[in-house]
Amino acid sequence: MKNPLKVLSALTAIASLALGLSACGGSSQQATSDTITYWASDQGNSLDDTAAKLKPSLDRFTEKTGVKVNLEVISWTDLYNRILTAVTSGDGPDVLNIGNTWAVTLQETGAFEPVEGKLLEAVGGKDRFLKTSWSTGGAEGKTPTSVPLYGLAYNMYYNTKLFKEAGIEKAPVTWDEFVADAKKLTKDTNGDGKPDQWGFTAAGASVSANSHQAFIRGLQNGGSLFDKDGKPTFDSGPQVEGVKQFIDLMATDKVMSPSDAEISQGSQKVDNLINGKAAMMFDQSPLKNFDARGFKDWGVAPMPMVSIGATGAAGTQSHVAGINLSVFKNSKNKDNAIKLAGFLTSDAEQVALNKAYSSLPVVTGASSDAAFQTAEVKAKNDALANHAMPMPLIAKEGQMETLTGTAIKNLFAKAATGTVSEADIKSALKDANNQMAAAQ
Amino acid sequence: MSHSALDSGTAAEGSKSAIDPEPGQPQGVTGQPPRKPRRSFLPYGLILPAAILEILIHIGPMLLGIWIAFISLTQLNLTNWLNAPFVGLQNFVNGLNPESTIGQAFFSTVGRTLGYTILVVGFSWILGMAGAVFLSSNFKGRAILRTFFLVPYALPAYVGTIAWAFMFNQRDGAVNQILVDTFHLFGDERPFWLLGQNSFGAMIVVNIWQLWPFAFLMLMAALQNVPNEVYEAAAIDGATLWQQFRTITLPMVRPANGVLLMVMSLWTFNQFNIPFVLFGASSPKEATLVSPLIYQNSFGSWNFGLGGAMSVLLLIALFIASVFYIRMVLPKGADND
Repeated sequence: MKNPLKVLSALTAIASLALGLSACGGSSQQATSDTITYWASDQGNSLDDTAAKLKPSLDRFTEKTGVKVNLEVISWTDLYNRILTAVTSGDGPDVLNIGNTWAVTLQETGAFEPVEGKLLEAVGGKDRFLKTSWSTGGAEGKTPTSVPLYGLAYNMYYNTKLFKEAGIEKAPVTWDEFVADAKKLTKDTNGDGKPDQWGFTAAGASVSANSHQAFIRGLQNGGSLFDKDGKPTFDSGPQVEGVKQFIDLMATDKVMSPSDAEISQGSQKVDNLINGKAAMMFDQSPLKNFDARGFKDWGVAPMPMVSIGATGAAGTQSHVAGINLSVFKNSKNKDNAIKLAGFLTSDAEQVALNKAYSSLPVVTGASSDAAFQTAEVKAKNDALANHAMPMPLIAKEGQMETLTGTAIKNLFAKAATGTVSEADIKSALKDANNQMAAAQ
Repeated sequence: MSHSALDSGTAAEGSKSAIDPEPGQPQGVTGQPPRKPRRSFLPYGLILPAAILEILIHIGPMLLGIWIAFISLTQLNLTNWLNAPFVGLQNFVNGLNPESTIGQAFFSTVGRTLGYTILVVGFSWILGMAGAVFLSSNFKGRAILRTFFLVPYALPAYVGTIAWAFMFNQRDGAVNQILVDTFHLFGDERPFWLLGQNSFGAMIVVNIWQLWPFAFLMLMAALQNVPNEVYEAAAIDGATLWQQFRTITLPMVRPANGVLLMVMSLWTFNQFNIPFVLFGASSPKEATLVSPLIYQNSFGSWNFGLGGAMSVLLLIALFIASVFYIRMVLPKGADND
């Protein structure tokens, strides 16, 4: 080199290249052999609460195996997008939680380790698990790519104090009884001419909770979201009827506060029940919130049904809810990741974790523990084992949830600010149906 | 690269004439102006690092986004997206078909976004102009007011918008507390500000609140370049304040205005943060703008091809509008003095 400027420019170019290379090198260095990264979903009252309840288990894991776990708890609003980014870039955690309704969608990406061989061995084979929960691991007839971790199911929770005041002795069983009771429970307590205590509360702006209701209410009325050939039937007669029952709680029965149309977090609806602003709600696991607030006046009953004693699909009271666990295929530390999957699904940890998060154990060996013999857990267990169907196990499940849930969210918004006719419901579901069909 | 190499280079440089720094060239070239331009690695070497980074960070992803518009990219082939099937214009056909639900949503959204942009930019400009003119005269407390006006612009966008979301809450938000509980408007019915038709207005209010300080800042800077003597002369000739504003102030700040309106329009047309924080992943139908619609199509339904096609259409439309605007409205270099 004869020219200083040339030298300088060459140096700059080399330096920038070197910078680029070291930036690339950085990510691979994270995978030291004794640390794995685990993304946990938010199962507690808050992100911190979830982490604190998970810590003893992870400590036991480190003690047993010498493998450190780098834990990150991710909120439900972010989790799906975070997984999406990880899947696209191929650079993600070693182990992660997923909502079990996403299992098939994520299975299709091919980003998760199939549950066979070493992984299947580590979790002790599929016969250890509840059948319904295991069925959510992936599409039918394919090797699942996730194993159940926490089990959940919908039940109806109610405020016993408000029930007593209204003279209601027994929780409603049919949908008609439910609406009638809700009307009795809706009243004006401060004399300003407007109700301030409501029979029912729901998170009307929660897309996923709404889509669960579209699924359950549709089945109870003899409908389904997809026909035998897999074509969407969101706007079929029974589906419209099912969604109408749900929207009518606000629109015509007037047993649900219009303010609920703005609630997007399930915990806000639980607050309504605790504060006595509402008497009934459908929820999967409010106990952690009840306990945290010292709330004792609650009761639990199965989700009301359109016809008593209905069986099969028409007897559905919940979808097979829960959280699954997957191992990332690109993990540079797969052996240790598999160890963690096996550890978290072991009988002892299933008892500890599901107790902490008030969810259901997904392995039969843990269900017999004394912690899971309460009326609440038994009701949930019954719903999960006998009255639950998995949400459609299709690759476009996420899109189905988004479309049906958003349609219902918009209908609640319409009910809160005006009126909703059956034609409105039909056309909203038809729009969602068209978009689903176009995407398939 | 050794230190001595640098030293010897410097020494060689010192012994040569400034015009020809290249040693080993025929000496006859020296001192023959004008020198022929020679191909040299030097200028390219100097901009190379910047060019590489620009391509990596800016142009690469942009081209990738355009490519995505022509392939069918869904969760099935996301991990292996290089092998996603090429579908030509199919994504554009789906997105533009006015018969389909998706196409209808796209067209009505573009129209709504245009109206939104005009309203937001218009009001922000009027407020910014009024504020700038008001603060261009000297009075006590001017500095405090100036700082005060800039607060919305200084706040992180998310923080400000989240605060608005709380204030607009129907049951216990500050807006309804003031309007309904204190002033008993709306017949004591608490309106929903974030649902239905009102959500569009609420979004406009938040955006104006956030945008107008920028207009204010730019126009205030432009006004400081207008000499005071012009106003004094006009006042002596009997021009009213309005006449002064129309015939002196507006023409004088015209170049600044041209750039300002374009920048604000582009920002507003692409607005994403405000609806996302106010409404979450899916905006109410009445308040869906183009960027959130693209987000919904890409991330809500994992249909990246369609989202990419819509982005490309948006890019083309904004590009044409910008070129047209720059040629028609912005001052040309020659008469800009």
